[in-house]
Amino acid sequence: MSDAIITIENLSKLYYLGNNVRDGRGFRHIIEDAVRNPVQWLKDKSRNLNAGKEEFWALKDVVFDIKQGEVVGIIGRNGAGKSTLLKILSRITEPTTGRISIKGRVASLLEVGTGFHAELTGRENIFLNGAILGMSKAEIKRKFDEIVAFSEIEKFLDTPVKHYSSGMYVRLAFAVAAHLEPEILIVDEVLAVGDAAFQKKCLGKMQEVSRSEGRTVIFVSHNIAAVLQLTSRAVVLDKGRVRFYGPTEEAVEQYTKAIDSDSTVFFPVDKLPRKNGGNQSAHFLSFRFDRPAPIFSSDENFRFLAKIRAAEDVPQLRLSVTIFTAEGVPIGSCSGAERPGLARGKETEVEVSIPNSRLAPGHYHCGVSVGKGDHRTGQVDFDVIIDTLAFEVRAEEGADGTVSTWHRNWGSIVFPDLIQNSHKNGNGNGNRL
Amino acid sequence: MAQELIIEAGRTEGQYWRDVWRYRELFYFLAWRDFLIRYKQTYVGVAWALIRPVLTMFVLTMVGKFGKLPTGGAPGPLFFFCALLPWQFFSTTLSESSVSFVYNANLVSKIYFPRLVVPASCVIISFVDFFVSAVFLVILIFYYRFIPPAAIVFLPFFVLLIFGASLGAGLWTAALTVKFRDFRFVVPFIVQFGLFASVLFPGKGHLLYSLNPIVGIIDGFRWCILGGENVIYWPAFVASVLGVTFMVITGLWYFRKTERILADII
Repeated sequence: MSDAIITIENLSKLYYLGNNVRDGRGFRHIIEDAVRNPVQWLKDKSRNLNAGKEEFWALKDVVFDIKQGEVVGIIGRNGAGKSTLLKILSRITEPTTGRISIKGRVASLLEVGTGFHAELTGRENIFLNGAILGMSKAEIKRKFDEIVAFSEIEKFLDTPVKHYSSGMYVRLAFAVAAHLEPEILIVDEVLAVGDAAFQKKCLGKMQEVSRSEGRTVIFVSHNIAAVLQLTSRAVVLDKGRVRFYGPTEEAVEQYTKAIDSDSTVFFPVDKLPRKNGGNQSAHFLSFRFDRPAPIFSSDENFRFLAKIRAAEDVPQLRLSVTIFTAEGVPIGSCSGAERPGLARGKETEVEVSIPNSRLAPGHYHCGVSVGKGDHRTGQVDFDVIIDTLAFEVRAEEGADGTVSTWHRNWGSIVFPDLIQNSHKNGNGNGNRL
Repeated sequence: MAQELIIEAGRTEGQYWRDVWRYRELFYFLAWRDFLIRYKQTYVGVAWALIRPVLTMFVLTMVGKFGKLPTGGAPGPLFFFCALLPWQFFSTTLSESSVSFVYNANLVSKIYFPRLVVPASCVIISFVDFFVSAVFLVILIFYYRFIPPAAIVFLPFFVLLIFGASLGAGLWTAALTVKFRDFRFVVPFIVQFGLFASVLFPGKGHLLYSLNPIVGIIDGFRWCILGGENVIYWPAFVASVLGVTFMVITGLWYFRKTERILADII
């Protein structure tokens, strides 16, 4: 028998995007389909329901194993598959293929205070939360005093937690979790909550658990400092695959390197399935930025090149661009004037630029469409591509090395400088400030 | 070394039922939680389990009197309470379990446990209410100095039947509501309409009415407790037994099927 406590073999998880029950295909549509054409409905049902939907592999062929007593960090960007991996490890969702074998009791802490109920008292919640995390009643009773001492809420033990401050709430929740005695502990981002002093206490407790008691801990965090401090080995996940697995220092190095090198300037979109159609009279082949890295400054022209092929004769065409924040919130759109079109089968590369876009520092991406007409005369789309041309706007560096600051809460557009005049009736002379 | 746990697609049924057993304590805690929460910040607390059916009983008795509905020789309140007791159990389970996953979404997406625990805990809580109301039935029997027939020994069998019906229907609505939130609106309608269809106008002797498995069970309750002219209508009884068995089996099947994708769609 090997000393691996967790063995993960070829683990994959497939999700289907779009068009599922959640976005609109409610019960009504199913009944409607069934009534309208029962034979067709039965046929569709017996065939693969997910046919034609877009596939998304949240995890793909993940292989690694973890030895007894190791503390392993999992790092990766948003959407790299960290949460999916944790969900499969804690059995919340099933993998699509692959296999994991775990030797020992697992407790997962994907959130502090899972199952806490606002109406129940602190005491009641300790029992409930303990049971949810997998402790037996006898075990909770044995550790009850310890838990209460750790949480520092003795006075409020019989007050419903809805009256707790958020700090007390988190302390109580973590106290229960910290007294679990599993062989394997899975922790996700729980340190993001609570004040600094409490965070330190939690980190200390986790270290103590892993060092002195020889427990295996899997720790997921965006907080690279915490990962470096706590873990000895780390897995770097990227787009559902294991990019690197080894000593934490090296893993962190790989991870930061990957973030930088990932900024591409060429975006092929030829084979991509189109989410929102267009009649495909003409379609995009690729987009590119004609610069070494997709980085702009806020006062320069935002500029890219789009390669288009016409499937039939299109007498004229125009392009439109929508810019989105990294969170997917649209910021603004613009269209060009119509320009001479393309003959069937011809390709062309169009240079597109938005003069002085005034974007604030941050990460953005674009949606681009080609069509005819505009928002005033009515328009027809030939092709629409969303979520492409990811780029970054960096703060300008002054001649003396100062970097201008821009706070996230200020929004995504830098308006032209404010005009501030003293009001004429104010101090009488109407001078500009 | 502790037992080895294997995670892969399509886990076996055997392992699932072992898990249900292993998580029995959580099951107890969830039921206990729901029970505590249910009557928190209420003045009369668990008495609500009694007040609702009693008030309904009075209304039904009035309606019965004006409509001159036959009670088979039994006092009106007793006649209707015999029907309300199982109906209340069934309808409460139905409405509670239909929203159970929506309320516990947070739990389901953060922690593993056999999901069967959630609707099953709804059934148990409603079962507790059922016993609380049963106390009132005993009081009624004493008040009217009514002597139940010998058939009362069969009562546990009908309690089992209504338990099965509640469980089966609860599993169906719990799973369906996760997928189609429409059932949040469908269930209250069933509960409202069902009161008239099953309790007030049982349509005794009509085969079509008897297809409603609850009708057979209510008949059974009246036969066991009241006797007299309240004889059991056998086709309805058979329909009930078959219907309940069918509901439990298909309920489990559908629930297990939905459970696999529950965390992904909730």
